[in-house]
Amino acid sequence: MANQIKISAKLKGSVADVKSLMLHPMETGARKDPDTGELVPAHHITQLIFTNNGKQVMVANFSTAVSKNPFFGFSFEGAKAGDTLKVSWVDNKGETAELETQLA
Amino acid sequence: MQKTKRLFLKGSMALLALASLPRALLAAVWPKESFDSTSASGALKALLGTDVTTPSEQIKMKVPEIAENGAVVPVSITTNLENVESISIVVPKNPRPLAASFEIPTGTLPKVSCRIKMGETSDVMAVVKTGSGIFSASREVKVTIGGCGG
Repeated sequence: MANQIKISAKLKGSVADVKSLMLHPMETGARKDPDTGELVPAHHITQLIFTNNGKQVMVANFSTAVSKNPFFGFSFEGAKAGDTLKVSWVDNKGETAELETQLA
Repeated sequence: MQKTKRLFLKGSMALLALASLPRALLAAVWPKESFDSTSASGALKALLGTDVTTPSEQIKMKVPEIAENGAVVPVSITTNLENVESISIVVPKNPRPLAASFEIPTGTLPKVSCRIKMGETSDVMAVVKTGSGIFSASREVKVTIGGCGG
């Protein structure tokens, strides 16, 4: 489950630059399965939440228009080595994934 | 008596399941109405209460002039506007224009990067909500091969 998310978090002084990559098909619901000709139902991450030491530092709301295997980058202040950065996502089917890492 | 007992157990199981969800996942509401809207105006009204935005040169957007692949269009937005509360990406020509919306808590930089799908050549709008108003910037991205599926 953990390899559904990859994070890189670099500390520059007290700013953490976070880059994350999530493995997810992000189906729009408009694509036809080439074998069956049926529409592939929408299946996409809806919300991504990042916390640092339990404090929310980002909430990303996604539609089906976010690309497959979403990449997401952002930065936040007040970070220091040893902080616990956690990312968790939920998709429209209720599936979830999460990953924790220590800032260094 | 038995019926009530079963109902009670069922109810409390549901409550327990809900309570055991990671707190963070319960915290923020996904703006469904905004994402379902088929117009940029409708999406913004549902998300921010208005579709009126003030163009601002303080919002910097990095998008390709021509997207080689409409399924993966990199978008980076940064701004030096103050007290930013949220940044949203709107693609008016997409079937559902609101692509993503980011809530920026205090202490988080007003800067986001992601990759979106575009169905055809369209403007890409960055809409930034701050404590003093709603601002926007827009850049046209030409798309040769659409990325929405169909």
